[in-house]
Amino acid sequence: MNYYSDIKEIQFELENSPLMQRIVELKERNFADKDQYDEAPQDFADAMDSYDKVLEVVGDIIGNIVAPNAEAVDAEGPHCEGGRVRYAEKTYENLDAMRKAGLNGVTMPRRYGGLNLPVTVYTAANEIVSAGDAGFENIWSLQDCIETLYCFGNEEQRQKYIPRVCKGETMSMDLTEPDAGSDLQSVMLKATYDEENQCWRLNGSKRFITNGDSDIHLVLARSETGTRDGRGLAMFIYDKRDGGVNVRRIENKLGIHGSPTCELVYKNAKCELCGDRKLGLIKYVMSLMNGARLGIAAQSVGLSQTAYNEALAYARDRKQFGKAIIEFPAVAEMISNIKAKLDAGRALLYQTARYVDIYKALEDIARERKLEPEERQELKKYSRLADAFTPLAKGMNSEYANQNCYDCIQVHGGSGFMLEYTCQRIYRDARITSIYEGTTQLQTVAAIRYVTNGMYSQVIEEMLQEPVAAEFEGYQARIKAMSEKFNACTAAVKDAQNDELHDLCARHLYEMAGDVIMSLLLLQNATKAPELFAKSLQVYVNLAEADVEKNNALVVRMTSESIENYRQA
Amino acid sequence: MKLNIIVLAKQVPDTRNVGPDAMTPEGTVNRSALPAIFNPEDLNALEQALRLKDQFPGTTVNVLTMGPGRAAEVIREAMYRGADGGWLLTDRAFAGADTLATSYALATAIKHVCPNVDLVIGGRQAIDGDTAQVGPQVAEKLGLNQITYTEEVLSLKDGRITVVRHIDGGVETVESPIPCVLTVNGSAAPCRPRNVKRLMKFKRALAPLELAQGTTYEELPYADQYAKKQYLKIQQLTTADINADLQQCGLAGSPTKVKAVQNIVFKAKESKTLTAADADINGLIQELMNEKIIG
Repeated sequence: MNYYSDIKEIQFELENSPLMQRIVELKERNFADKDQYDEAPQDFADAMDSYDKVLEVVGDIIGNIVAPNAEAVDAEGPHCEGGRVRYAEKTYENLDAMRKAGLNGVTMPRRYGGLNLPVTVYTAANEIVSAGDAGFENIWSLQDCIETLYCFGNEEQRQKYIPRVCKGETMSMDLTEPDAGSDLQSVMLKATYDEENQCWRLNGSKRFITNGDSDIHLVLARSETGTRDGRGLAMFIYDKRDGGVNVRRIENKLGIHGSPTCELVYKNAKCELCGDRKLGLIKYVMSLMNGARLGIAAQSVGLSQTAYNEALAYARDRKQFGKAIIEFPAVAEMISNIKAKLDAGRALLYQTARYVDIYKALEDIARERKLEPEERQELKKYSRLADAFTPLAKGMNSEYANQNCYDCIQVHGGSGFMLEYTCQRIYRDARITSIYEGTTQLQTVAAIRYVTNGMYSQVIEEMLQEPVAAEFEGYQARIKAMSEKFNACTAAVKDAQNDELHDLCARHLYEMAGDVIMSLLLLQNATKAPELFAKSLQVYVNLAEADVEKNNALVVRMTSESIENYRQA
Repeated sequence: MKLNIIVLAKQVPDTRNVGPDAMTPEGTVNRSALPAIFNPEDLNALEQALRLKDQFPGTTVNVLTMGPGRAAEVIREAMYRGADGGWLLTDRAFAGADTLATSYALATAIKHVCPNVDLVIGGRQAIDGDTAQVGPQVAEKLGLNQITYTEEVLSLKDGRITVVRHIDGGVETVESPIPCVLTVNGSAAPCRPRNVKRLMKFKRALAPLELAQGTTYEELPYADQYAKKQYLKIQQLTTADINADLQQCGLAGSPTKVKAVQNIVFKAKESKTLTAADADINGLIQELMNEKIIG
């Protein structure tokens, strides 16, 4: 089994966007590397061919090594020994395969030893890894912390750390503490400047740190004594080779067992300041989180893909009442819904990744030269789109992953409740996706301003203008009607001018925006490739329409007068 | 220490995933229904070679494979995993070779392209023929020691190689001077995956026979790359290139003659039906104990 080439929808997402040409052009600086690096592409077609081949290797390793190891890794989990983490035995085998395949520093420039692949391609790899083992995906994909070091570290730090990550050293982002989870402004880990040794020192503890015994950490700590909010926080690089950070314990979790979640103790740990003091949370960690959120969106899509595969295979195989259960409409509907949400969520994931690619590449070019006015416009446009789409992709896909894994167990019936089928593992693994890197409720907080400032409506308006296949024109009309309901609800909430009502309705408006945008993305996909997406379009629009109706009904009934009913003391 | 290592590899039909159309009605292998793959134990052999290359920088690992143009895929695949390059031994005169003619061709090619070879490493056997004869015959023809059923190369120093080999009921550790020939068992370490940087670098490598008839490298897309990067041209060797004696090649050099191929269907010769009665069960237990199958 190949987790890439067996799934035609991933290939479609990579190849069928008009933005891809621009992404490659920017990322490759018009193919400036082609004479210097043997592996660099000569032109657009060559780059696309290389992406396809790289992902085929990822799909092969995941299908033949990582996925077969997943059950053993889940059963064993990591161990905490003498302040260090020892992964489950098979995790080392997975890491070794990924390293030998050279799948590290995927998005980093070639001059540091990276592969210089676009975020969109990295996102595909992420999705594929997660489909094999979502816990392992955490360890592997934390490599994208290096993006933040690349963007905000100095050249000396880049040269010191990026090549190491490209060779396969692992990373972690040490953000949360016992009293600073969603509220990172409360971080208390203390950073003090050691005048004698001319370096920064960290003291305190962190909690819930994924892969907390990694080789290179990015740490959020309070550098400005006496401050209590986000403006007193700086970002530091801790190199495990310097020592000073120990693992006190590993959490015992419901899912993603392969991924060690650590409590860390910093004892005078030497570290380096990354970027400017006071910008740690408000600039660098926000950038780190946006990358991580896209990663969780990809992890969620991978889980949904596995939920679909497992449900389909079981329903074809399992016979009751003299026939395969897939022949019963009640079962087939569950599987159709899984597939529709999978395809819709994936379309949103890749659209987001493409927006991220364009703005990140332009931002990077801006470090080399002054951008032309039209490039600055382009950067602004895609940066805003990426900001608007990232919380939507993360929140919607993680909720879908949970729903899909729930339905996957339901398709399995009693057997699904036993700890012997893959469906129980992915059900447990999926549960965290709507919690970490910001709960769905916090994704709503990040996204709601794009509801109220009209950004989503504007995107929807533009997408509604795009030509569609004649056979799907009826769907376009239905989606248009959905968007009108969304706009009307938004206007009603704004008109009420009540902050509490605004917060109460936010989730419902957020879901409506997601429903409409994903319907439109699927409409475009189905127009280009009806053989892959026609069914999902029709099933998804039915679901989305019903969801818009539901949320519409809720928003209509949620008024300044009825808020009282939603208060809990 | 820099070693010259040649890995013997073969492209074979994937007989591990046999479908209903794997055999023709005549009882021969239906090659079109089976995908062509890198012979699995040759991948184990490649891994042993690449480990030595990791250990001794400057070592070269080249693949020698005999087959038609499409067999160059085996060489590309090996390059993705870490090999430096290879030779495609290809000629109509090699066709129809049994193990004797194959080992003649391989040994003659090795003498020609790499007379100072330090190690020749191949898989124990190919999954299409299952003979395990080619490696040992190559060793004989080169006049070299051979270590078969290799599990792991333990060390290589002072011109001597120490190898753990698989034997019935266990393993044994043996030592030999180099040069020598190793054949590697499927239970040895699996081959490392393709490296994506190498994949991007070598993906366009082609043997002349893979080009459409009458075309040259100059007419291919990205022709300038073939002019600049010699590693993109996979080398081919014919009988003439290696001064092979045509009488010892291919069908002419193959004493093995297939007289007939029979389909064999396994059938139970005698069977007994037992009931759940105590007497029947006791009888069966007694019989199994008498046969020393249990007890």
